[in-house]
Amino acid sequence: MSLTYEKLIDKYEPVLGLEVHVELGTKSKMFCGCSTVFGAEPNTQTCPVCLGLPGALPVVNAKAIEYTIAIGLALNCSIAPFSRFARKNYFYPDMPKNFQTSQYDEPICFGGYLDVKVDTDEGVKEFRIEIERVHMEEDTGKSLHMGGATGRIHGADYSLLDYNRAGIPLVEIVTKPVAGTGKYAPEVARAYVSELRDILRSLGVSDVKMEQGSLRCDANVSLRLIGAEKLGTRSETKNVNSLRSVERAVRSEMLRHAALLEKGERVIQETRHFHEDTGDTTPGRSKEQAEDYRYFPEPDLVPVAPAKDWIEKIRATLPEKPSARRTRLQESWQVPDKEMAAMINADVLDQVEQTVNLGADPTRARSWWLGEIARIANERELPASSLPITPNDVAEVVALIGKGELTDKLARQVVEGVINGEGRPREIIEKRGIKVVSDDSALMAAIVNSIKAQPEVAEKVRGGHIPAAGALIGAVMKETKGQADAAKVRELLLKHLGQA
Amino acid sequence: MIEKSATQMAAALQSGELTSVELTKAHLARIDEVDDKVKAFLHVDKEGALKQAENVDARRKAGEKLSPLAGVPLALKDVMVQKGIPTTCGSKMLEGWRPPYDSTVVARLKSAGIIILGKTNMDEFAMGSSTENSACFPTHNPWDLTRIPGGSGGGSSAALAAFEAPLAIGTDTGGSIRQPAAVTGTVGVKPTYGGVSRYGLVAFSSSLDQAGPCARNVLDAAYLHEVIGGYDPLDSTSINAPLPPLVQAAKNASVTGMKIGVIKELQGEGYQAGVLKRFNEGLEELAKLGAEIVEVSCPNFEYALAAYYLIAPSECSSNLARFDAMRYGIRTGEGSAEEVMNATRELGFGKEVKRRIILGTYALSSGYYDAYYGSAQKVRTLISRDFEQAFTKADVLVSPTAPTTAFKIGEKSNDPIAMYLNDIATIPTNLAGVCGISIPSGLAEEDGLPAGFQIMAGAMKDDLLYQVGAALEAALLSKWGAPILSGAPKLGAK
Repeated sequence: MSLTYEKLIDKYEPVLGLEVHVELGTKSKMFCGCSTVFGAEPNTQTCPVCLGLPGALPVVNAKAIEYTIAIGLALNCSIAPFSRFARKNYFYPDMPKNFQTSQYDEPICFGGYLDVKVDTDEGVKEFRIEIERVHMEEDTGKSLHMGGATGRIHGADYSLLDYNRAGIPLVEIVTKPVAGTGKYAPEVARAYVSELRDILRSLGVSDVKMEQGSLRCDANVSLRLIGAEKLGTRSETKNVNSLRSVERAVRSEMLRHAALLEKGERVIQETRHFHEDTGDTTPGRSKEQAEDYRYFPEPDLVPVAPAKDWIEKIRATLPEKPSARRTRLQESWQVPDKEMAAMINADVLDQVEQTVNLGADPTRARSWWLGEIARIANERELPASSLPITPNDVAEVVALIGKGELTDKLARQVVEGVINGEGRPREIIEKRGIKVVSDDSALMAAIVNSIKAQPEVAEKVRGGHIPAAGALIGAVMKETKGQADAAKVRELLLKHLGQA
Repeated sequence: MIEKSATQMAAALQSGELTSVELTKAHLARIDEVDDKVKAFLHVDKEGALKQAENVDARRKAGEKLSPLAGVPLALKDVMVQKGIPTTCGSKMLEGWRPPYDSTVVARLKSAGIIILGKTNMDEFAMGSSTENSACFPTHNPWDLTRIPGGSGGGSSAALAAFEAPLAIGTDTGGSIRQPAAVTGTVGVKPTYGGVSRYGLVAFSSSLDQAGPCARNVLDAAYLHEVIGGYDPLDSTSINAPLPPLVQAAKNASVTGMKIGVIKELQGEGYQAGVLKRFNEGLEELAKLGAEIVEVSCPNFEYALAAYYLIAPSECSSNLARFDAMRYGIRTGEGSAEEVMNATRELGFGKEVKRRIILGTYALSSGYYDAYYGSAQKVRTLISRDFEQAFTKADVLVSPTAPTTAFKIGEKSNDPIAMYLNDIATIPTNLAGVCGISIPSGLAEEDGLPAGFQIMAGAMKDDLLYQVGAALEAALLSKWGAPILSGAPKLGAK
């Protein structure tokens, strides 16, 4: 019989192991000068080295080492004074040399940690995730299986190979077994990958796009009886392509393991694939008979021995940690937790910060990015950050409102115009003929008209019932087609009715 | 003209006495004349060679300053990648492959104006000591066509000895330049590891492979070494330091006051009497020239062969994994990619290559790694220490290059251990990454075949090889009255 999640937690303790692969954003590949740009015609970004042609030799990309050291330092790791590449030997058509140049028992970074925050029943709680190692390796090419229904190798008529990806620098970040998270294991897993992604982004070492595969997570999950010391058998779930999937995959595996254990069956150590649509996993390659990769030190490369002062130079240029930055911004902007979380979830923190840095009031900056811009982004099913509107544009709009040259309503038209690619705010204002009606006599005429139309309302205002003025202001705004400054209208109206 | 040295040919080219086209044609004619007997070449690039020669002649005519060996022809071991020219490594596996790029060695030869005549035969993927493991055909020793020309670079050494080329490129993983030189009466140098770029050298054992010059005398080898040697950013294991002055050392040729260490462990049992006799005569010549002969001991050399036959196969099992029919070379079989890979590797690799791949795969397997590959690496360190110790007592070390003269084709084909023993004196140099040269020491009395004298020096001390080698060569030449190859059978007259 299967257990509910709550029952499972009473009986078993989940233990996680997370392996994150990150494609580094270097201009050239790990061991040759070929471009790493995504999406080029197949096999156009290759050379004798990344094709593994006879005689070709690798040369380590120094930028990749610098990036990896930066990652290690940001994750509180030690940097090995001496580390080596090794060959991981196995045959696969998308691997040109039939070995992957990787790091094995001598990784460049080791022994770090990352603290992540998770919302629990007892409030926000911090979990420390220990990092086992951070190492470098090269990516493989890509196989495209043609003719089959599923795009999988089974049932395919033939396969095509694209080696553009072969040799792109990868960094693998491996945690130690993560225990003690109890029922929050799925949330901790998600928070870890999310925090890691933010750190990698802040370092500028990768574009960390899970959907394009530049950040990939393999989630290892096992269960053991509460109080037991020995780890249970784990499964390794691949194809986890979003933060939400990380959480779902861990939960789904916990439930699957528990169901097996309750039936008295055993968990098979294997690779599993996560399915976004169904939210569950299916078995991949069984690892019962562990493959022997026959690792040995790569004789074509010399050891990596980064100079101490180089490491210190990299350390000195590390950016502020995302968590520290969030705390700082939240304090300086005086934003409640909920709104802070909204900005992070909408991925507009950078935009808001830049808008504020350009002189906009934090509350106004935030309300634009989380309001009108987020609304349009939602409509178009795009992240706000990918719309063609910049913090510069938003700061300018905010400034124009401040100067009375735009009303909120007109500003929304301007913002929409920018997003539609009509130009920068000034150009749109000009093109569309947007103008705040600030001519007092024109406004006064509209005010007089509004009083004539609603004399009883005007009486109430005259009698000191100020809130009633809203109806009159609304009528004025309507008559001026929104081009009037509502504050100005209010001021003139109240004065006219002897209330100011 | 073809029997002259490369240096003499270069002088004739410089003086205008001779054009490179004439010289190249003379060598192509010699190849036509004798190579059906010697079988040194796998591919002769007549058109390309003549085009290169015309180009050099034109540049010389235009008054361009050319490098010393410009216009002189050369034979290239088929393990070295040359753009557009078939490169098979003596294997069926690479049939039909024309590399899209030049190795660094080839690029340097081309820019020095050296004419590449063609690709020479070799043991498949440089695994062997007789060139019998070539998938194409065996090469014959010009001294006796029923005998082997050494290996793996038997094609290059035979081409020199048969006057098909005055210069050649070889590669030496355990002796593949020096042992062929010894058994053909020619000169071969295994440079310091990292001294010549490996970029474009099809790897057998990456940590041991080293390309080097082959010639008929020491000075020619020094000139060629200076062309191909020196730092290459495309090879991470390349040494980033200037080459010592090699030509100058060969011209200096003095051993007065030098200490020459005879390695106790590299003589005696297993060495042919006539080979040892010529070796000892060489020592006497050096002593006469004013060198002090000392005996040194390298106790760990005993384990060198065993360590070599774990390290080299281990690395080769990984290096040769790329030959899988997916991108280049032959393809056979049908079904899944794995089935095609299996069928192709079954068909494409010869017996010795398979033997070493299996050996290496086993040695690297989990559970055996420490006992085999791990222990072999420790032995390697001990051998390096033996060298370090020995070099505190002597400037250079010496030994016979190979324990015997050339054996008969087929004689050792079925006894891999007997075959492996050919390299017993050359392997330690590769394991330690130091350098060595083989020069002819004379003809063994019992069979009248050439024997080799090996000189070894420390890392980046390649100049000492040329200095001592040239001194001994000059002493022996004055003793013999003529170069050793003048005593070889004339192969002409079809």
